[in-house]
Amino acid sequence: MSTATTPAPAAVSTAPEHGRTRLLRWWPAAVLALLVVAPWSALPLPGLLDGPVGSPGSLQLLATCLLFGALATGYDLLLGRTGLLSFGHALYFAAGSYATNMFLLEAGLPFAAAAVLGVCFGAALALVLGSVSLRVTGIGFSMVTLAFAQAGSILVSRDPGGFTGGEEGRAAPAELLPSWLVGIDHTANLYWIALAYLVLTLAVVHRAVRSPTGRVWEGIKENERRVEVLGLKPYGFKLTAFVLAGALAAVGGLVHLLLTGGSTPQTTTSDFTLSLLVMVVLGGTGTRWGPMVGGILYTWADHRLGDLAGSGAVADLPAVLRVPLSQPLFLLGVLFVAVVHLLPGGLARLPSRLRRTREENR
Amino acid sequence: MSTIVLLTMTGLGLGALYFLVASGLSLIFGLMDVLNFAHGALLSIGAYGTWWAASGRLPGAGPGGWGFALAVLFGTAVGTLAAVVLELAVVRPLYTRPREQVLATVGVGLAVPALLSGVWGSDARTFPGPEALSGTFALLGADVPVNRLVLVAAAVVVLVALRLFLGRTRHGLVVRAGVEDRAMVTALGIDVRKAFTLVFAIGGCAAALGGALGGLYFGSVDPRQGTSLLIFAFVVVVTGGMGSVTGAAVAAVVIGLVQQFANYYTAAGLGDLAVVVLLAALLLVRPRGLTGRLA
Repeated sequence: MSTATTPAPAAVSTAPEHGRTRLLRWWPAAVLALLVVAPWSALPLPGLLDGPVGSPGSLQLLATCLLFGALATGYDLLLGRTGLLSFGHALYFAAGSYATNMFLLEAGLPFAAAAVLGVCFGAALALVLGSVSLRVTGIGFSMVTLAFAQAGSILVSRDPGGFTGGEEGRAAPAELLPSWLVGIDHTANLYWIALAYLVLTLAVVHRAVRSPTGRVWEGIKENERRVEVLGLKPYGFKLTAFVLAGALAAVGGLVHLLLTGGSTPQTTTSDFTLSLLVMVVLGGTGTRWGPMVGGILYTWADHRLGDLAGSGAVADLPAVLRVPLSQPLFLLGVLFVAVVHLLPGGLARLPSRLRRTREENR
Repeated sequence: MSTIVLLTMTGLGLGALYFLVASGLSLIFGLMDVLNFAHGALLSIGAYGTWWAASGRLPGAGPGGWGFALAVLFGTAVGTLAAVVLELAVVRPLYTRPREQVLATVGVGLAVPALLSGVWGSDARTFPGPEALSGTFALLGADVPVNRLVLVAAAVVVLVALRLFLGRTRHGLVVRAGVEDRAMVTALGIDVRKAFTLVFAIGGCAAALGGALGGLYFGSVDPRQGTSLLIFAFVVVVTGGMGSVTGAAVAAVVIGLVQQFANYYTAAGLGDLAVVVLLAALLLVRPRGLTGRLA
């Protein structure tokens, strides 16, 4: 459960195969290169995307997928790496988005300053609320984080002083943003920003988990009492994880602000955190690629299943099939329950499970 | 004066609704350590079941008189059945993995409202109710809607029934003992698993009844109703002490009143905020307040 799955199979064999294994090791770089050049591609992916890969619509969807892949990876720092079940992660995401927006709109700061301050605000909020919430453990922690996030959600939707725009959300002013980030012609730039955010998150999480602190996180996840017996105070380590994850989420909020052109109250709800939870568990908690895969798959499915519901193929089905199929959240919820039951460890464990079954059958 | 009376009665009605949701939630957590995120969905199922029957789709049931009573009975029965199915099909296979149990209920809590909005649309539907319950009555100079009284009466009945069940029956004894120390009960050779299903059935029944009568209170049903009530039910459960039915009743009344009065006399929404912050504050002051204790 604890160690990251290495993508290359542990081969104990001949030289050419060894070379292949070494080549296989570089697959993340190859995927990254493909993703970087994707905006120039006109390759149609019927079924997967609506238009060719490089079209603004497809890039927008891809960027959203990458954004949520990164968010889920950051959230896994708590759930899968430290064993903290937080129900309030949406708060820090929304804080990044709304705070940046406020600094732009109300304080009239230039974009770069607003972005930095917005992310700092999200991290500071995570520090304050995390230091309070972590005083309780177990399910109590989950509920305190839920309470704080709910308080944030209520605040945003009640719109005190007209800052947050209430249920409508608040659009980011196009004239205050750098021109290369605004407009449908510049979707590729936003896509690259989302990709950069994903790479950043993966790198940060990877480094953090391998650091001495990361080892302690793993220990806390396995057995917190034992970490205490070893003479370490789990509180500080857990807070580090909480603030790091919160800061990453705040950066995500900033990216989301750019990507959607505004802050929406949907990002503050507990449902938003629950969807992150679903992504992480779907992909596989505590694995290097699992949460990312889960986030990308979930977001893609959420968008595409909505389109599927509107398509003729579904509309002609009898009501018994049509109604459930037209509700992406229903399908994802059921899929989630199925994964929890049938596939502990998520999709990331699927290859190793298949391999084991094959070997057993041999 | 009339404002205070009206606010008090509305707060009590809301508290009654909270109690109906929280009593089951509290028992389930106390006995099984499962925070049931699908409890709001059970409420929604009860609400939609009642609405479906009361709209004249169930023979014999209707919006008025005994027909409505039958509709409420139907909705409650459907909710209870859903809770039993939930326990047997989703929670039971995961007994050895407590965290996954919570995750699985999260999945159900997402899927059920989505299914409901798929079948009956995501907009709120007007809830049909009998004439007798839609009017108001005069109390100390205030016109109080009758449905508040119905909710309070239902909550009192559920509270008394639960107390009698827990205090006077053998199954209730097993549940109480299980909340106190599950391992010891198992060691004594009693199959606690039967109690798990029972507690889920009771909780689902109360929540579905809350949904059925909550339709009267809100005047409409919508798929997200249950989920939005759930968070306040959590507040009640934590305030009242996990596993304590009487505690949940007292806490529900306090929370309902605080919320109503704060929402009216300070800025709108501040009451909701105060209640949610209260949850955090309570957990922080009394981290041990989560231990199951049956009073």
